Amino acid sequence: MVEQVRKLLEKRVTSVAELDELRKSILQKRDQSRTCISICGGTGCRAAGAEEILEAFYEEIEKRELQLQVELKETGCHGFCEQGPIAVIGPKKIFYRRLKPEDVPEIISETVLKGNIIERLLYVDPATSEKSTYESDVPFYKRQTRAILSANGEIDPTDIEDYIARGGYSALCKALFQMSPEGVIEEVKKSGLRGRGGGGFPTGRKWESCRQASGDMKYVICNADEGDPGAYQDRSLLEGNPHAILEGMIIGAYAIGSHRGFLYVRNEYPLAVRHARIAIEQAMDYGLLGENILGSGFDFTATINKGGGAFVCGESSALMASLEGKIGEPKAKYIHMSEKGLWDKPSLLNNVKTWANVPLIINKGADWYSGFGTAGSTGTMIFSLVGKINNTGLVEVPMGITLREMIYDIGGGIPNGKKFKAVQTGGPSGGCVPEQYLDTPVDFDELSKLGSMMGSGAMIVMDEDTCMVDIARYFIEFLKGESCGKCVPCREGLNRMSEVLNNITHGKAKREDLDTLEDLAGILGDGALCALGKTAANPVMSTLRHFRNEYLAHIDDKKCPAGVCRELIQYSIDPDRCEGCGRCLRSCPTGAISGEKKEVHTLDQSQCIKCGACYDVCKFNAVIKV
Amino acid sequence: MDLVLDFPKLKAVVDSYTEKVDSLIDSYADKKEQLISLLQDIQAEFNYLPRDVLIQVSQKLDIPLSQVFSVATFFRAFSLKPRGRHLITVCLGTACHVRGGQRLVDKVERDYGIKPGETTEDEKFTLETVNCLGCCALGPVVVVDGKYESQMNADKLDRVLKRYE
Repeated sequence: MVEQVRKLLEKRVTSVAELDELRKSILQKRDQSRTCISICGGTGCRAAGAEEILEAFYEEIEKRELQLQVELKETGCHGFCEQGPIAVIGPKKIFYRRLKPEDVPEIISETVLKGNIIERLLYVDPATSEKSTYESDVPFYKRQTRAILSANGEIDPTDIEDYIARGGYSALCKALFQMSPEGVIEEVKKSGLRGRGGGGFPTGRKWESCRQASGDMKYVICNADEGDPGAYQDRSLLEGNPHAILEGMIIGAYAIGSHRGFLYVRNEYPLAVRHARIAIEQAMDYGLLGENILGSGFDFTATINKGGGAFVCGESSALMASLEGKIGEPKAKYIHMSEKGLWDKPSLLNNVKTWANVPLIINKGADWYSGFGTAGSTGTMIFSLVGKINNTGLVEVPMGITLREMIYDIGGGIPNGKKFKAVQTGGPSGGCVPEQYLDTPVDFDELSKLGSMMGSGAMIVMDEDTCMVDIARYFIEFLKGESCGKCVPCREGLNRMSEVLNNITHGKAKREDLDTLEDLAGILGDGALCALGKTAANPVMSTLRHFRNEYLAHIDDKKCPAGVCRELIQYSIDPDRCEGCGRCLRSCPTGAISGEKKEVHTLDQSQCIKCGACYDVCKFNAVIKV
Repeated sequence: MDLVLDFPKLKAVVDSYTEKVDSLIDSYADKKEQLISLLQDIQAEFNYLPRDVLIQVSQKLDIPLSQVFSVATFFRAFSLKPRGRHLITVCLGTACHVRGGQRLVDKVERDYGIKPGETTEDEKFTLETVNCLGCCALGPVVVVDGKYESQMNADKLDRVLKRYE
């Protein structure tokens, strides 16, 4: 016990000079000549098998007794999820992708020991067939500006010393010892930073009103209840660089005069919870959280709360209700949360990405920060590029980049030679942007003008096989299930909208039903209590605005042009293409398909339940949807 | 009670259950605002929220039973019914939806006769859906007992689930 206490006290850093000293000693201890292999350990790569790759590297390094020459590191998300599992081999940052455990011995013997490149593990650009040897050459990374994400692929998120070595917590030192709380707020205001959770409210102004609110007890909250489907940048930051978020929170707490913080993390993100928990423990041990931080006299502690799987808890007042142990029902915001929030005390709530921006702004200055982006939306933004896109992953770019650059230059375009149809931004509160607006610069204001919004940065790309009525129906069903039920417009309005949309996708609707949808959308916008309800109709309104013809095809012709809505399509087998392999016959759950081996198969419509199993398994494109 | 005392093994089981419940609830004695965390711990221990445990939470922490139940039923993460030995979670995030996630839910419904939130009669499988797991590159994704299965279709799902039968 005494020994443990002594060790803890040794780690504790009690002044800026001691932190600088610690940073120097960490860097000195490091043998720069060692080859560093970083394996992406984000949830996406783990799901693709990264843990087995890591295990294989450990075994191989041990077997060859290379522990002194090679450093193996499991880092956070590198962002290029499509190519996982990923390994980057330093110092030149050779980029290997889609690894299998069998590749590992060769990587050690060829690349690490002899310096040879293994061609087959390199990334090949599907558009140009060019190979990229180094990470910075990969087109996906080349066009990005990685400020917030830069550390993600380089540090071990479970080791605070890795973060400190890269200059971590120096912004905190600067804020605590060289700036007044008002000075910090002024800098954040000057940077032009706007809330990255979706609302886009000026962060500095929020901080200022919380500082000015009366009361001794104030709270700081990190909103990591990332619920927008298709968005996972908050998770990747919390998994990959949790100390940056903590550092931002401590600076924010100092600025408004708070001593208590909460991280509200989505229940579905176990790895993010684990890494954030480790980060808090380590920051406590090193004296960067707790009492008298770095000898400044400022105290701050933070704890983690796991969400319960309710989308509405991403809304600030619902999140705070949930923190109080109640159900996540939003409140009317006649009074801002920054004045009367958690337990009715002034509370400063910011999104994960917003917090992660703060140390950068303090360290490099507001002018550096506002040098990126557009006049109304400064800085960089992390987008998740998902759906029908070649390069699924996380993309950090300056605000103001066009959708086309993002989807084609970075995202590599649409797979399988299909045609682009729309990109859905902003999650369930956002909308669909069609092809003619692809040259729109992406920032808070431009997306709003198109009837969509920035949201938390999800970009779901859709191709010609996506039905826009089905997408609208999907989001309304989603929100219907997630509506807390407190206010009538949202609870009842979404039910009615869902009925109408289901009728359309079943071919049972009339043209007047579109007017009903528009009426209901108006009522939701005017009458719903919180942002979930107020913006709920956006997916419907934006698809009606840009894809009205598709709605009319469902209503007038009883056809789904994209071939998605089950009631309006029919599967059949093209006799010219069918090879009689029998795969569809075996996969059919109702026995609707018949035919002898090597002979053309036929599909009995009366028994077909349109499950699409035959369509999925056919290797000759002989199953067709009309 | 006498009957239980006649069977030392059974008594041991009951005692350890009571002990677990007591120690869990006691650990939240001075932080009853963390009700959601407590319910999460209970669910992690028992795989669902047993009715008698919720009643004890209410009594010991002096929280109205109505509030305990409102929280237990509001959040998607909680189940008031025992769940099956294997948990099938189908991701229905937007990226998985456009790649055919719903068809996988339909498939499980058809083959096992369970809708999302339901458990098979033999308590082998429980089907759940999730709004997004954030591994959209691998979609459509199905998670079985924590193991991620990527780029699924009906045929592949069939093979995966057979492993658990």
